[in-house]
Amino acid sequence: MPRFPVVTPLSRLSKPNPSCPATESLSGHSSAWILPLFPPGLDCIDLPECRYRGIIVTNASVVFCEDVADCAVGLLLDVLRRISAADRFVRGGLWPVKEDYPLGFKLGGKRVGIVGLGHIGSEIAKRLAAFGCSIAYNSRKQKPSVAFPFYANVRELAANSDVLVLCCALTKETHHIVNKDVMTALRKEGVIINVGRGALIDEKEMVQLLVQGELGGAGLDVFEKEPDVPTELFALDNVVLSPHFAVCTPESLERLMELVINNLETFFSNKPLLSVVSNE
Amino acid sequence: MESIGVLMLCPMNTYLEQELQRRFNLFRLWTVPEKPQFLKDHSASIRAVVGNASAGADAELINTLPGLEIVSSFSVGVDKIDLNKCKEKGIRVTNTPDVLTEDVADLAIGLILAVLRRLCECDRYVRSGKWKKGDFSLTTKFTGKTVGIIGLGRIGMAVAKRAEAFGCPISYYSRRENPDTKYTYYPSVVELAANCQILGPHVDEPELVSALVEGRLGGAGLDVYENEPEVPEELFGLENVVLLPHVGSGTVETREAMADLVIGNLEAHFLNKPLLTPLV
Repeated sequence: MPRFPVVTPLSRLSKPNPSCPATESLSGHSSAWILPLFPPGLDCIDLPECRYRGIIVTNASVVFCEDVADCAVGLLLDVLRRISAADRFVRGGLWPVKEDYPLGFKLGGKRVGIVGLGHIGSEIAKRLAAFGCSIAYNSRKQKPSVAFPFYANVRELAANSDVLVLCCALTKETHHIVNKDVMTALRKEGVIINVGRGALIDEKEMVQLLVQGELGGAGLDVFEKEPDVPTELFALDNVVLSPHFAVCTPESLERLMELVINNLETFFSNKPLLSVVSNE
Repeated sequence: MESIGVLMLCPMNTYLEQELQRRFNLFRLWTVPEKPQFLKDHSASIRAVVGNASAGADAELINTLPGLEIVSSFSVGVDKIDLNKCKEKGIRVTNTPDVLTEDVADLAIGLILAVLRRLCECDRYVRSGKWKKGDFSLTTKFTGKTVGIIGLGRIGMAVAKRAEAFGCPISYYSRRENPDTKYTYYPSVVELAANCQILGPHVDEPELVSALVEGRLGGAGLDVYENEPEVPEELFGLENVVLLPHVGSGTVETREAMADLVIGNLEAHFLNKPLLTPLV
């Protein structure tokens, strides 16, 4: 039986492929390997099916985790310190500032709750700790090697955080994991940063809470129906929006190509592949 | 202390104003219709002046206030205060150092991320509806870039600590090499610039503007300018520039800490205790 790799084609980041082409086209071929390229997530791969058929799946997201972490920190600083809003203000010729120009909020000392402490979550934690933030997390399972406090559910985490950062995978279990209950627990001053997938949040609820001033702010790189973004957000200064670009740097693309080429060479030499998705 | 006259020179912070009002006999100079007459009427009872970076006790004001004992500035910068005159007359001067170190360092990193990852531009891209027509272009990675710091004082060190969490090698220029740090020292700014990819801060504004306009420089994040609040208009049209209106210390928490220092210094003086942060 010939062994062959399947490298899923580049597609527009903003339109994730909803079907699972890989498993269907591979029916009958058991020795194969899938590397989802773009988007670098596993939402469109049927993992249990692949496992059943002995198809190896590797995850390219480890290549991007630094860039996504940088983006998450950038969005958080932008929301708290009103960087994009202030830039608009200056470009609009509205300086000098009167005494009551809205102040931002200090990042140091904020309690940050990370939902999903994988590669990306760990990189985010490392960066924010240097700013004097305290870190806690929620994950499928507690990680014994990690010193940060663990919360068994996202609502508990939110109740004990000032900022919630979402960087976990989108699965049936994590769909709308941040719902109205969680956002209420985060309180009026709470900030949400989402660099995972739009559907991790109940977007309609979040927009309403933001518009009503029941949520402190949001930095969003992903949305439920990209590239459609709820227009109510455009009028808000405490919201920063980006077009699903957290992974888009030439440096990361270069590392991705290296990973693909290395894994291709390794695959055909019958050696173990890098970045294999485990059976957890 | 309610009978002690304190003259506040301009609106600067509501919390500070309220706290001064509660403790002293507060005069608000900007609400006075006839300044010379007002000063004549009340000069004997005014024993303290509260100013900031843009309004300070100059020689003229000091001469009209024979009872002046202390000038407490709601800022770190005291260029508007005639320090020599104060020394001459035995008038104490205090400012608000240190409490804003972290906020300024946070903002520096926020600006780096905003420029390199083009956050403000992305936010504009989404808000204008352009995302529906096409993906945003690539941005540049921050993690791992070499960062050169001009001036390794408290703020410089705080910036370095944060940049290190992003895996950035740090270099610096200072008047003297610092034997206690492991960062790479360069004896001149030019050499520093030649050996790093991100540099802060600038000195020659016209030169900076022409370098940016002519594309000789990759980008700039600016919170301060030579003639605030005037910002060179050629910068408004550039996408690789982020412009902020001098908000380095502009957070609710830090302004409160600065206000507490002003009040603390005034109280210490009138209770004959050692001043908290004296300059003169």
